[in-house]
Amino acid sequence: MRTFYGETLESRLMLGTAQYPSPAIMAEAFRASGAGVATVSLRREAGGPGGLAGQDFWALVEGMGTRILPNTAGCHTVKEAVTTAHMAREMFGTPWVKLEVIGHTDTLQPDVFALVEAAEILTAEGFRVFPYTTEDLVVAERLLAAGCEVLMPWGAPIGSGLGLSNLPGLRALRAQFPEVPMVIDAGIGLPSHAAQAMEMGYDAVLLNTAVAKAGDPAAMARAMALAVEAGRAAFAADPMEPRDMAAPSTPLIGRAFLA
Amino acid sequence: MKIFLNGEPREIRATRLDAALTELGYGDARVATALDGAFVPAPARPDTALAPGCALEVLAPMQGG
Repeated sequence: MRTFYGETLESRLMLGTAQYPSPAIMAEAFRASGAGVATVSLRREAGGPGGLAGQDFWALVEGMGTRILPNTAGCHTVKEAVTTAHMAREMFGTPWVKLEVIGHTDTLQPDVFALVEAAEILTAEGFRVFPYTTEDLVVAERLLAAGCEVLMPWGAPIGSGLGLSNLPGLRALRAQFPEVPMVIDAGIGLPSHAAQAMEMGYDAVLLNTAVAKAGDPAAMARAMALAVEAGRAAFAADPMEPRDMAAPSTPLIGRAFLA
Repeated sequence: MKIFLNGEPREIRATRLDAALTELGYGDARVATALDGAFVPAPARPDTALAPGCALEVLAPMQGG
């Protein structure tokens, strides 16, 4: 089984912790999903009475026992992302970081130039970087050269639920770097999208909104887990090649002559 | 002295980062700190001096995708 920085995950589903109707529903969704990784973030804590909301959240997440992947969401510069990663490493006690450097406010498209620069800095400092990137092959090469041992290409813009927008591009990326663990991160809206990513040979899927914003997050979390498992099993089973023309599946030999 | 805590002006008496966190009501909370844009590891807080007008960021775990 492919590992992520030497770690084998129980599940190939990685799940975000944001946007759930309540903390209890979030915990229920994680239980239903069996997710191998939980992504978390850092935000300002006001302090004083009523100003320590982050502490309750952390107690809940810590209690779930899921491996933590802190992100640098909301960072737009190398300096912001690197400083946030430093703070996250101390806070969560892990060198793992989902490195996001946002380049465009509306689309949340990664700034891949800043991403490579930040990845170089952080890998040199011992971080295990999971870079949120596009399907661009040259950027992928640069991230690997920077020391990343995992890539996280987007399926579609964050929170869009559009599924895998550029199938040829994602196929090319998978084929170009067959030995690199890769996670489809962002854009998954339905279990079929997650299954499709796994059928293509991606090693895991990271999603959040599709579960958190479903009418029944726990049920959707379970559906996503099943889809990831089915897609992975299908990939391992070596799917048939599609063809344009029909081919009878029932043998013609021995067919009765009834005309 | 006046400092900026998470972007908001605050008046504090403490002059060191560890004492300021106590004064600002963080107690034993799990937080990470940055001063004027630079990360300050927890062990360095007692030796970190605050200056008037400095920008202190205090972050905690939060939901994320």
